[in-house]
Amino acid sequence: MNRFPTGGLIDRDISIPFTFDGQTYTAHPGDTLASALLANGVRLMGRSFKYHRPRGVLTAGSEEPNALMEIGIGADCTPNTRATTQEVYNGMVAQSQNRFPTLKADILAVNDLLSPFLGAGFYYKTFMWPKKFWEAIYEPIIRRAAGLGRLSGQADTADYDKAWAYCDVLIIGGGPAGLMAALTAAKGGAKIILADEDFIIGGRLNSEQTEVDGKHSQRWAAEVATQLAEMPNVRVMTRTTVTGAYDGGTYGAVERVGDHIADAHGAPRQIFWRIVAKHTILAAGATERPIAFPNNDRPGIMLASAVRTYAHRYGVAAGQRVAVFTNNDDGWRTARDLMALGVTVTGLIDARTDVAPDVDCPVFTGAAVVGTGGRLGIERLSVRTSDGSIQQINADCLAVSGGWNPSLHLTGHMGGKPTWREDIAAFVPSPDSIPNLVTVGAANGTFSTLGALKEGMAAAKAALKNLRLKQVRPKVPAADDAQGAVTAFWHVPDVKGRSWLDFQNDVTVKDIAVAHRENFRSVEHMKRYTTLGMATDQGKMSNMGALAVMSALTGQSIPETGTTIFRPPYTPVQMGALGAGAAGKGFAPERLTTSHDWATSRGASMIEVGLWHRASWFPREGETYWRQSCDREVKMVREAVGVCDVSTLGKIDIQGPDAGVFLDRVYTNVFSTLKVGKVRYGLMLREDGMVLDDGTTACIGQNHYVMTTTTGATGPVMSHLEFCAQCLWPELDVTMISVTEQWAQIAVAGPKSRELLAGLIDDISNESFPFMGCGAVSISGVNGRLFRISYSGELAYEIAVPARYGESLMDELVKRAEALGGGVYGMEALNVLRIEKGFLTHAEMDGRVTAADMGMSGMMSTKKDFIGKVSSQRDGLNDPMREQLVGIKPTGAVRQILGGSIMVNVDADPIRENMQGHVTSVCYSPTLDGMIGLAFVKGGHARIGQTIRAVDLLRNVDTLCEIVSPQFHDPEGEKLRG
Amino acid sequence: MRISCPHCGERDHREFEYLGSAKLLERPDGGDRAAFHDYVFQRKNPTGENAELWQHVMGCSAWLHVVRNITTHEITAVKLARDVKAAAR
Ligand SMILES: [Zn+2]
Repeated sequence: MNRFPTGGLIDRDISIPFTFDGQTYTAHPGDTLASALLANGVRLMGRSFKYHRPRGVLTAGSEEPNALMEIGIGADCTPNTRATTQEVYNGMVAQSQNRFPTLKADILAVNDLLSPFLGAGFYYKTFMWPKKFWEAIYEPIIRRAAGLGRLSGQADTADYDKAWAYCDVLIIGGGPAGLMAALTAAKGGAKIILADEDFIIGGRLNSEQTEVDGKHSQRWAAEVATQLAEMPNVRVMTRTTVTGAYDGGTYGAVERVGDHIADAHGAPRQIFWRIVAKHTILAAGATERPIAFPNNDRPGIMLASAVRTYAHRYGVAAGQRVAVFTNNDDGWRTARDLMALGVTVTGLIDARTDVAPDVDCPVFTGAAVVGTGGRLGIERLSVRTSDGSIQQINADCLAVSGGWNPSLHLTGHMGGKPTWREDIAAFVPSPDSIPNLVTVGAANGTFSTLGALKEGMAAAKAALKNLRLKQVRPKVPAADDAQGAVTAFWHVPDVKGRSWLDFQNDVTVKDIAVAHRENFRSVEHMKRYTTLGMATDQGKMSNMGALAVMSALTGQSIPETGTTIFRPPYTPVQMGALGAGAAGKGFAPERLTTSHDWATSRGASMIEVGLWHRASWFPREGETYWRQSCDREVKMVREAVGVCDVSTLGKIDIQGPDAGVFLDRVYTNVFSTLKVGKVRYGLMLREDGMVLDDGTTACIGQNHYVMTTTTGATGPVMSHLEFCAQCLWPELDVTMISVTEQWAQIAVAGPKSRELLAGLIDDISNESFPFMGCGAVSISGVNGRLFRISYSGELAYEIAVPARYGESLMDELVKRAEALGGGVYGMEALNVLRIEKGFLTHAEMDGRVTAADMGMSGMMSTKKDFIGKVSSQRDGLNDPMREQLVGIKPTGAVRQILGGSIMVNVDADPIRENMQGHVTSVCYSPTLDGMIGLAFVKGGHARIGQTIRAVDLLRNVDTLCEIVSPQFHDPEGEKLRG
Repeated sequence: MRISCPHCGERDHREFEYLGSAKLLERPDGGDRAAFHDYVFQRKNPTGENAELWQHVMGCSAWLHVVRNITTHEITAVKLARDVKAAAR
């Protein structure tokens, strides 16, 4: 065991069992998977992406590139989970990934021997030839060998949620700067949210042996966190990563609610938050960076800051004999801290020459690590001393400190470019990169604890001032003021062997040199050529090192070499969280008619029309194929009476003294002359002259109209009408509202429809309800509306009742229809009935057709202006050779027509150049006993009687057709007037 | 992006639907085809501030006249399109 006898923010009284690669270990509450494994002496935690090199944990935070695990089993398994952030829970199952068959004996480590062939750009070079080998051989092998965790292949059963939060001040990060900012802003009365990705507030305060306000920094952090949690204007969100910064002070954040507990008891696993903040204080801290030297990726080689975190926060010794390699003063602190805890420090190697570390261990200044050795973990290292000699040092852990990179990622999310600071050899955020966001503390390059506290307080005070809130003057607690000196040192030069820059994507210093040699020198090119920084850690560990190597090769400074652009998310976000609430019915909500249950109870086959679910057909006993039901339902309507729920049609209630004038302007035809009790068919254009929609509008009272729209166009039409009323003619006194949901509407169609309604409605005579008449009716005491309109070409009515009576009316009407030899019909029959009659849907009105194309020039009033009138006069829209609506029916041996077929002349090749038009709607017509179709044909109106071909090359159907009038059934309209 | 609806207050942009340039308010009177061609098809594509029309579809359904900086997405003014149109008359 590598656990110190005391210390750390863990509960030693409780032991939690968990398994890693099948072996059972124990952890304590407060442990991460990484700290628990280290405590149990497990150093080997993964295999690298490309070369399958053995890897151990490098960091103690969310920037971890190596220790990625599969957590959970089956559908609950989450791959690529960072062991450094995953809290251990009772019975947790963790597995290493990217190895076969086991972590210790990974056969694919043979890739490492092939590394001369797998270097930078290997995809682009090696597998170019022979071409057909790529898909068949190379790609499957590479895909099998390269890759990280595996997906279960099962649907994710976990719950995710989404939520919104609003605050005056959002503080990102709960280290010294964030805590001081929160304390100050909270005392001033601001409504604040403090978000931290960790499960304990405090940041580096929990990882160091230092004092704040005269007490241990861990205690100070805990006390401030408790104080904040008790304030009503503060919301402390732990386990919450702010992942992105967006316009208008909006931030995305993931809260991990259930990832750390065995049973979440119904709580969502994660919540995706959108936080809207008036002011934001970014106190995200900094991440330590490694130094590249040969074989710097052996398990046991870790960041010095991580070694201190494991020691102070988790009470874990990362090794028993530790060496330290540093280019800054933090390395000394690591050595001192470890020795104070009783760990042997076998060597302190400082790359700087002009320093004198005050540490009681073997010290090498002006020196560098030039190699490491050990099987599946470091056992020794070679040091090149200042005089050039090589010295061997034994160590089971090497703590490396290359300086710190401010965590400025969020400040790049809106295009901000960072500023280079030579004194700390790092980029810091440029001010105003994100509106109303201020960066403080280590994220701003201020690395001392005292400096962080001061900056956090200053930023909070500025926010309070902007918010016009109470100014407060809290005392800055006493704290360490050492900023720590650093001299840039990125990689050890003049060495043999591979020095790793990007641990996750297996990119070495040499790979950058190859990219440079092959002229991929811009940072963005270099990244893509080598894949550096393109793994799940987004280059948090590697970008700076690679930039430095490239800058040395090109002779430019680092800021001249450039910086890569950081994009959301800051750390990987699971699709489940991003898609919370938007899967399944959340993605496509269901709109159900009031007769939905009634229809399904009668065995109706349902079809989706937009979000609506409608009955397609109602099979009767003995019917096994949809066509049987459909044909019967069509005949029923033509010969007796049919009943159909048409509630999905859009219904817009329009009222006001200027309603008639308004309708005149939005319809092509005149409506202001429509009398109360009358319905008129109307055609609506877009301003560019194309058809927007059609439908009927009824005048049901003085200045009171009810417009119907096609089911799919309801939203766009409503929006268009609102636009016209508000933006074009605000002087018109007219208001409108959608009443689609409020009214159930049922069609009763067929020669016996009047007979059916006679028993329900007092006066259904042709005099009271002539064709295109409407009026109020009472149906069994319910106040409804009756419209004598027809979408089938038969004598027909539509009855509207308040939605709550829809189902019972449907049931009653169908009973009566069945008594008359009719019954209910669905969408398929409705479609056949309208095609037989030449009525249109959006299959025809596809946004590219004019009224003239559809043979409706007569509906374009010349007496008034209307939307689309002027544009429809454009020359091109009046070309007689435009595709025009016609009917088609087969005349040759082939009797089938397929929707979507293209039309060509009889002797022409069926190719694009010869296209004469296309088929929009087809059906088998039981009335005409054959297939019929609606089509658009060039100059079609003048080609009635001619022969043409409908060709479907995909389904290989080529049909000789006669061009006919689109009104196949009762073209004179005698039936619907009867 | 946040848009302050004069009726409903500041809301997330996903409650709104974007239509296009506020030039759409200036529908020509009369039947001049050239004027309509310009109105229907011609748009400026300015860098910086642009007047646009948005509708609060998931709120009060008001059409809004929004002045937005296309480069920074900063919104400097929101008015009811109805009022802007009426004032222009
Ligand atoms: Zn609104």
